[in-house]
Amino acid sequence: MRLISRRRALVLTAGSAAAAALGWSGKSRATPKDAAEAIAKFTGGKTAENGKISIELPEIAENGNTVPLKVSVDAPMNADDYVSDILVIADGNPLPRVVTFRFTPMSGKAVASTRIRLATTENIIAVAKTSGGQIFTAQKLVKVTIGGCGG
Amino acid sequence: MAATPRLKLPREAKKGDIIEIKTLLPHPMESGQRKGKDGKVIPRKIINKFVCTFNDKPVFTAGLEPAVAANPYLEFFAKVEESGTFKFTWTDDDGTVTTAEQKIIVT
Repeated sequence: MRLISRRRALVLTAGSAAAAALGWSGKSRATPKDAAEAIAKFTGGKTAENGKISIELPEIAENGNTVPLKVSVDAPMNADDYVSDILVIADGNPLPRVVTFRFTPMSGKAVASTRIRLATTENIIAVAKTSGGQIFTAQKLVKVTIGGCGG
Repeated sequence: MAATPRLKLPREAKKGDIIEIKTLLPHPMESGQRKGKDGKVIPRKIINKFVCTFNDKPVFTAGLEPAVAANPYLEFFAKVEESGTFKFTWTDDDGTVTTAEQKIIVT
């Protein structure tokens, strides 16, 4: 059923026929529950505070095969208090985990960029952990014209 | 054979500077989600780990999943207090390790 609804969504976009024809193996999409589980595993069940993190992504990604992503956390990077980890989740991808960044005080600032694949229009969620055990989160919706996992 | 990584970082810096480092490794990052023409799933083969150290001390590590685009690109920062060598390591699912290094002079 999921595959059909996804296909219907994709048919609206040009060039998606090839992606749909190639199809997906196994589960076509992660559910918000999978994403929540991945986050809970990362935070150890602690509640995350909103803010401090900024996610830079295009609002509309024409090609989901390569979407530039920049995550930055506005926090000091001292030897005794620094941002240690950032987890990035895409809640509509077949596998919700996208990338994890691990920093040390030698990183200077908790900023990292990469390029990611997005299957569909979905939320990108970033969760950051500090060495002191604080947890911050932020999320951003990206519109994807052509999905980047099957094509 | 592993491809040659590309690095972009300054060769000189002042003590205490936070420098920008850009890296890219040519690699297909086969996600394990695609099917080939024969209908069979193309097995997953990705770079799953990237490590940057400076004078053998950890600076930045990334855990990559299939959702990272082909030719994994990473941009991050490092605070330099002394001259030394940055080492970069990419680890493939099949165990292949690609390394690169660059020296920096800090004044």
